[in-house]
Amino acid sequence: MKRLLSHPSLVIGLVATLLFLAIGLLSLVWTPYPIAQIDIPRRFLAPSAAHWLGTDNLGRDMLSLIMAGTWTSFLVAAVAMAIGVGVGVPLGLAAAAWGGPVEWLVLRLTDFVFAFPAVIAAILITTLIGPGAVNAIVAIGIFNIPVFARVARGGALSIATLDFVAAGRLAGLGNMLIAWRHLLPNVMSLIIVQGTIQMSLGILSEAGLSYIGLGTQPPETSLGLMLKDAQSVFLIHPWLTMVPGLCIVLIVIALNIAGDGLRDAIDPRLRQGNPNVLA
Amino acid sequence: MNKTLKAFGVALALSSALAGMAMAQPTEVRIGVALEPPALDPTAGAAEAIDIVVYQNVFEGLTRIDQNGAVQPGLADSWTISEDGLTYTFKLHDGVTFHDGTTFDAEDVKFTFDRILSEDSVNAHREFYEPITGITIIDPLTIAFTLDRQIGRFLFDLGRGDAVIVAPESADNNANDPIGTGPFAFVQWDKGSRVVLEAYGPYWGAPAHLTKASYVFISDTATLTNALLAGDIDGTNNFATEALAVFENNPQFKVLVGTTEGETILSTNNKRPPFDNLKVRQAMAHALDRQAIIDGTTNGYGTPIGAPFAPHNPYYVDLTGTYPYDPEAAKALLAEAGYPDGFSATLKLPPVAYARTSGQIIASQFAAVGIKLELINVEWAQWLEDVYANKDFDLSIVSHVEPFDIGNYANPDYYFGYDNPEFQALIKTLNGTVDEAKRKELAIEAQTILARDAVNGYLFELAQTGVWNAKLTGMWQNSPIEGLVLRDIAWTE
Repeated sequence: MKRLLSHPSLVIGLVATLLFLAIGLLSLVWTPYPIAQIDIPRRFLAPSAAHWLGTDNLGRDMLSLIMAGTWTSFLVAAVAMAIGVGVGVPLGLAAAAWGGPVEWLVLRLTDFVFAFPAVIAAILITTLIGPGAVNAIVAIGIFNIPVFARVARGGALSIATLDFVAAGRLAGLGNMLIAWRHLLPNVMSLIIVQGTIQMSLGILSEAGLSYIGLGTQPPETSLGLMLKDAQSVFLIHPWLTMVPGLCIVLIVIALNIAGDGLRDAIDPRLRQGNPNVLA
Repeated sequence: MNKTLKAFGVALALSSALAGMAMAQPTEVRIGVALEPPALDPTAGAAEAIDIVVYQNVFEGLTRIDQNGAVQPGLADSWTISEDGLTYTFKLHDGVTFHDGTTFDAEDVKFTFDRILSEDSVNAHREFYEPITGITIIDPLTIAFTLDRQIGRFLFDLGRGDAVIVAPESADNNANDPIGTGPFAFVQWDKGSRVVLEAYGPYWGAPAHLTKASYVFISDTATLTNALLAGDIDGTNNFATEALAVFENNPQFKVLVGTTEGETILSTNNKRPPFDNLKVRQAMAHALDRQAIIDGTTNGYGTPIGAPFAPHNPYYVDLTGTYPYDPEAAKALLAEAGYPDGFSATLKLPPVAYARTSGQIIASQFAAVGIKLELINVEWAQWLEDVYANKDFDLSIVSHVEPFDIGNYANPDYYFGYDNPEFQALIKTLNGTVDEAKRKELAIEAQTILARDAVNGYLFELAQTGVWNAKLTGMWQNSPIEGLVLRDIAWTE
């Protein structure tokens, strides 16, 4: 723990991320105003004591929308990441443990998915099965799979040749147990770091999909959807685009800083004061 | 290196200055429009986007609707109506040619109407012309129409985009290569981008001021705003009201606010429960706060309506008070109808700002009385298929932009499925009445029935909010018929 806290970027990133996550979680039980409550006479209000971040084009409270939108962003990105980890990591470990045709198949599958530009393919998926938050999760999740498969395989390959794995094999462990007992614990740190990076990418993708109208649908809200609603009045009410835009930027920066910090903290080769390991 | 760059800069500045001089008397106009037409034949489609491009520009009818909604001579110089009102004889203009060089005469007129009335006609409004029983060519420039009953608006109906004159040589290709008699000839259609028209030299009437006109398709408001500010386009006939403030105080632009024929309604599937229940529809009418919808959707540019009828029409009667905004009355009516806890329904929204925004507002207003709406955004093609053709919908929001389209309510097969024999008989009488005072009386009665039956939720009449370069003149402020007529548009200094 002390080791983790000695990395200031990690602390800043984690605290900021947790802060946004807490705001999002809070929206589940409480928002200053109900987000579906449309009140035309109070639209386009500037920030005030009653509405800390003002109101939007339909008179909804911006702070409430931001809270709910942040939660949508986290939820979509987290579930999409879970899909990636749940499918990708076993695939990657299997490739490393079995090798041969299994490895070939996994690699070709990941190549296949990588060959599509992710956002274009996400647009294709949501166009085919209809827009909505759930479909956005599926679309983003599918593109997380090869990322985690590669990270898991790469990490596992360098472990698989080490003596303790050979010892395990001599002791009669099968590929399945080798992957589970020896490979997985040793690639876990890589996966956690990759996970934070994929979270930030997922939040960006969700915002992008919602912005072009294929992600979250009203009356639900998300940060990207708020950007979309506000863009036609950008020249008159720039505040309405700035608030969700800044939120997205801050969350993504927080996650990236946290990810960098985590990598520094976990990867022993990058640990300060022990530079010789690098050579 | 630096010197070269500077020299290049000077050359660039010079060349743009020269270009500026050459452009001092522009005769081209680039118009931004939100929707791209699905095809370019106005006699074979209901989409307003078709008329925006070609009506009175590429194609002309026997009569012409002017910007006040009045009937003017078009390809017919003059006409006489028989005593019994059943025979119309038209004198056609001499020396008119189609853009492909073929001559216009009475044969083309007969061909046009035979095509509209044929068994396999794809005309969107065949019913307007169905009373025509005989078309007689008296000589190449004289033609007579015989009707089986009097039609009060026959001359107006002849001026619609649905009845423009096409030539037998080119009619089949009009969807992609429209050939008409208008002041502008079709040049090219870059699908997804623009349609280009060019002034037709041998045009029979007063020549247009412009030499070239492009319709650029930009559906996104922010993009349209930037295109106007950057001068990439010279104007648009209907700009999103929420961003209108950008141009209102800018001396480089003029904002033209006028009326349209667009009655925006909450289309209700009258054949599907619970909407077949009058009490439910009345409850929905009571639950609608029109002023909030108008303010939230169109920034106040819109007139509340209580029946599907244009407020600027002389026959209009204000029926907005039939079922005033009253959530308590709505709840009571729902309870009476057997839905004390409300019900759930879907609301399919086409991709236009007025529908998407008012949909959210209406969902919020309906939620207050217990009606839970699920919003489903659909594209136009899907809307036309699901809602308009297959009638697979609960509720939808759309603007009906045709002039005097109250007759749609007399068609039991129309997509909202309103079947009232009393109303159908009334419209039949109205269509057969020529006397103005009597027509007005009947039209008011028709509006009253539709308001009383709360067939659809009547929301507001769309305003036309054009934004144009301040140096352009001659644009129509009002839109009494679907179209964007280029005839009078000109650049001034």
